[in-house]
Parts: sequence; structure tokens; C-alpha cells
Amino acid sequence: MTFTVDASVAARGFEVSLSLGPAETVAVLGPNGAGKSTLLAVIAGLLRPDTGRAQLDGKLLFDLQQGVQAGTWTAPHRRGTALLAQEALLFPHLSALENVAFGPRSAGVPKGEAREAARHWLAEVGAADLAARRPDELSGGQAQRVAVARALAANPQVLLLDEPMAALDIHAAPLLRRLLKRVLAGRRAIIVTHDVLDAYMLADRVIVMEQGRITEEGPTRALLRRPRSSFAAGLAGLNLVSGTVTSTGIRSAEGLEFAGLHDGPLGEGQAGVAAFPPSAVSVFLSEAHGSPRNSFKVTVTDLEPHGDQIRVRAGELSADVTPAASADLSLAPGLEVYFVVKAAAVAIYPA
Amino acid sequence: MNPRPVGTYSGIPRWVVAIAAVGALFVLLPLAAMAARVNWAKFIPLVTSEASLTALGLSLRTAAASTVLCVLFGVPLALVLARGGFPGQRLLRSFVLLPLVLPPVVGGIALLYTFGRQGLLGRSLEVAGIQIAFSTTAVVLAQTFVALPFLVVSLEGALRSAGSRYEAVAATLGARPTTVLRRVTVPLVLPGLASGAVLSFARSLGEFGATLTFAGSLQGVTRTLPLEIYLQRETDADAAVALSLVLVAVAVIVVGLSYRRPAAGTRSSAPEKRVSP
Repeated sequence: MTFTVDASVAARGFEVSLSLGPAETVAVLGPNGAGKSTLLAVIAGLLRPDTGRAQLDGKLLFDLQQGVQAGTWTAPHRRGTALLAQEALLFPHLSALENVAFGPRSAGVPKGEAREAARHWLAEVGAADLAARRPDELSGGQAQRVAVARALAANPQVLLLDEPMAALDIHAAPLLRRLLKRVLAGRRAIIVTHDVLDAYMLADRVIVMEQGRITEEGPTRALLRRPRSSFAAGLAGLNLVSGTVTSTGIRSAEGLEFAGLHDGPLGEGQAGVAAFPPSAVSVFLSEAHGSPRNSFKVTVTDLEPHGDQIRVRAGELSADVTPAASADLSLAPGLEVYFVVKAAAVAIYPA
Repeated sequence: MNPRPVGTYSGIPRWVVAIAAVGALFVLLPLAAMAARVNWAKFIPLVTSEASLTALGLSLRTAAASTVLCVLFGVPLALVLARGGFPGQRLLRSFVLLPLVLPPVVGGIALLYTFGRQGLLGRSLEVAGIQIAFSTTAVVLAQTFVALPFLVVSLEGALRSAGSRYEAVAATLGARPTTVLRRVTVPLVLPGLASGAVLSFARSLGEFGATLTFAGSLQGVTRTLPLEIYLQRETDADAAVALSLVLVAVAVIVVGLSYRRPAAGTRSSAPEKRVSP
């Protein structure tokens, strides 16, 4: 019993193929406009792809072929794919309880029974005491919890979550994340997120989308430890340089040589990436020598706080220094400096 | 719609307020001038005369019937115009809104050539034994014709500002389109629907030109209050003024009812009322 989707939307340059096991949660990460929300809309039946096919536990959601006029298309309400958006979108004219009872009622469950189910799901999300409230009497976090209960009460075969934490304040988000961790366990779900923490905590597998395509996918931990796309590297907080593998490390497209430790057997000349954390990079005003070190000249583009450190950005690369060091070096955007990283801190692996 | 809390910055220049005052006077002054001419001594007998009461009763009944027809046809029209995407949508909207700018007498003529004895549909209806022109039904049709755009415009505005995101969520929760309409869409736009219905009622109540052309002026059958006022004006100016005041009072009550502040519970759900005419 699996869920598979294959879809393309030409106007948005969207082409994705994806499958999920019966109790698998997948996190979809990617920059804005990468097509993450398009993916959810296609699955939920709110957007009709040009071509593609999707099947959910033996039920055909859609089957649209190029040039064939009448394909198969299942209406959103027959799909069993509840959608939870950034905003709770609770029906403003219904109480929290009636909101949660909406799904069961729509499925034809009698009123009393639907309310009973709603009470159960409200209790499940820790919102039993909010049952009588109107949506405008709920805080953002409370409303989103009720929305989770509402989505679960509809008994979806796939739960679609579109950045459910994005509109919440910093106190409400962790609470909802914990709640989701609990309710998503053993459930099939797709969660679109910007936060790598969501991927770590909630997902079994991560998909990185860029420009309408899946550019990377794999188990969450493996993907974030060994990112292959610059987007995933950014999420994992790693510097990433791609190029061709040499005997000592990697040569970037610009001709820069990086010495590093090969992660497993690698053939010279094959495509590879070098990854290293910003904390392993030191910043000097003049070139430092002594092997085995990598030293390269960069221009500082940005300085920003990062925990109790200062993150020095130079184009794609970044280094973490202490505020004191930053002051000593008089770091400022536009300044030419040398980034130095020990070869031992650079991991080389295939792209 | 809710008044601004006292003490917050409004940002309106004083000269704008001055011009607004002139504009308000332009509307209020004629009403005051008319009220000043009311013969109060004879007011009660004038407005309770048999002809007046008959006309008022007919007006209220036909306006109510027209409002029901407006809701019946206007809600689907507004839904199709606000949510649908089909070729000719803009053209359809233009035609539905045409009665707003059309002289009512032209509307009356058009209706006559549709439902009259020699009309497009009238001939077939005549064969079936149904005669519409110059009947109370004709009054209702004439009023519906001119009042329908008011409901469509205000409801379409409410639908657009409410957006379709709630409907999308409802559908993914398993609700059929009819269920979504009944349990989500209509409750969400209820304030817009109510104000549209009230405006349609008010417009129906004041309808004159199309009614006279299409339905004539038969006492007790098609002579509504505006027609009665026009007729009285020829013979008895006092009666015309007294009845006009009654019509103003009814209009004020109706508009007052539709624009009173929404109740506390529905505040956040009330979409912005957008009524253009």
C-alpha cells in the first residue's frame, strides 16, 4: 500500500516524481518558488497538472496523458488528502468543535457521533478546553492546533502540511512541532518546510526541490551530513564546493584546489564535492602557509550574528569567528581576507 | 465599517471634510425641504387613505417577492462570476450589471417585448394561458430586473474578498461542492448577501419606470407606492409629499438595518462590504 505521484505542470516548470510508504513522513525543503506548494496542490487536487499519474492505496487520484483529452481526475473531496496550511484557516463562523467535526460530518457521520470524534481529536492535540471557542478567540498556536485536529479528524490517507509552523511565534512553534511529532508517528504525511529542525524531528526522509525539480533526496540524517546541493548544504550549515576529484582533494570549476579527506574510495576526475563547517574556517588578513591547509583569498560580503559567533560570509562560503577576532581584524563587507581551513576538516565525497 | 476608536490618527485633510460636508448637505437638504412642505395636520389621513394603504401594501409585497427572486438568481450568478473561469465571463458580468445604468423605462420596454402578448416568450405563455404583462407578476419581474445587479455586485465583492482558500480546505476535508457552498461559502459571505438583499429590496421599493412601462398603473394590481405618488402629484401635492415621506422612512429603516454594526461574534468573519452603486 503506497502512494505514488508523477506530475508535470509546464507553465510552472514543475516536474516531480515521488512515492511514499504507508507510514512514512517526508519533508520537502527548497528555496521559495521551488514548487513545494505546487506539489501539495497537485496531490490535494487543487491544481490540475498537464500530465501525470497519482495513486493512493489502490485509488487512482489522476491519470492525465499528453494529448488525451479526458483523463481520470478525482475531485479533491474524494481523495483523502487533508491539507494543513501556514494559516489555520479555521472556518470563522464555526466553533473549534464544529470545525473539527467538519470532516466527519462531510463524510456523512451523524452530528452527535461527529462531535464525539471532534472531542477525541481536540483532546489528542491538547485543545479539549478550546472546544467552545470561536476561531477569533484563539491565539495563532491554539488555532493551528485545532487545525491539526480538524485535518486528522478527516482521517486522511495522506496528510499534507504546508509550512504549518511558519506563521507561529517562537513560543508556539516548538509546541506545535512536538505535537506534530506525536501525531505524525505512524502516519503518511508530506511536510513542506523551511526549517531544517522540522526535517530532523518530523521526517523519515528529506526531499530537496529546486526550480520545480527534485534535486536531492534521502534519509534526513544522511542527507544533511553529506549534502550534495548547495541548498541542502546551506540548511545543514555547511560550506560546499563542487568540482572534480583529485588525488589530494578536489579542484573547483574556478581552478581552486581543496585538500581534504576522501570519504571512501574515489576515482580521480569524477565529480565530487568538498564540505566543511564554517566553524573550521579561520580568517586571516594575510596568506597563511603550512601544509596541509587550504588558504584562499575571498572578499567579505556580509557579517551577521550566529549564536555567540560572527558569521563572515564571502559569496558562497562562510566562516565563524568570535566577536573579538572580528573586531581585531576590523572585518567589514568589501575587505579582502584569507579563509583558511585544515584539510582534516574537509570531507570529500561524490556529487 | 466599525467606527474608528476615538483618539487615533485619521489622516484626513480638513478640506476633504469640508467638501464631504457639502456633499452630505446635497443629499440631506432636498429631504429636509420636502419634510418642511409636509401638511402635518392632514398627514395621517393622507397616508392612511385606502389608495395609499393599497399602494404601500402592494409595494411591500412585490418588493419582498422581487428580493426573493434576486437571491434565488443572484447568488448563483455571483458565484459563477466570482469563482468561475470561463470564456465570456466579463461579457456576462457587463450584461448582468447593465440594468444599473440602463434607464428603467428601457428595461420596461425590453421586458414588454419579452413577456408581453406579442413578446418573445409572451406568445408561448399566452398559448399556455399565462398572461404576465400588466399584472402583479409583471411588477415583480420589473423590480427584479432592475434590482438583481445590486445583489450580484455586493455578493460578488464579498465572495472575492473572502477568497476561496476556506473552500479549498473544506474540499480537502472531504466536503462535496454543495456541502462547501452550504456550510462554508454562504455563511462566510452572509453579511454581503444580507446587505445585497436589503439593497435589492430598497431598489425594488423605489422602482418606477420599468414598472409603469411593463405593468401599467392599475390600483391594487400594479400601482405601487412610487406610481401612486406620481399620480397624486398631479392632483394633490400634499398627498404626494406625505407618501414620499413614508417612502423615505421605509428606505431609511431598510438601509439602517443593513448597515448597523455587525454583532460581536461575526466581526472577524464579516468580509468588507463593497457596494458600488
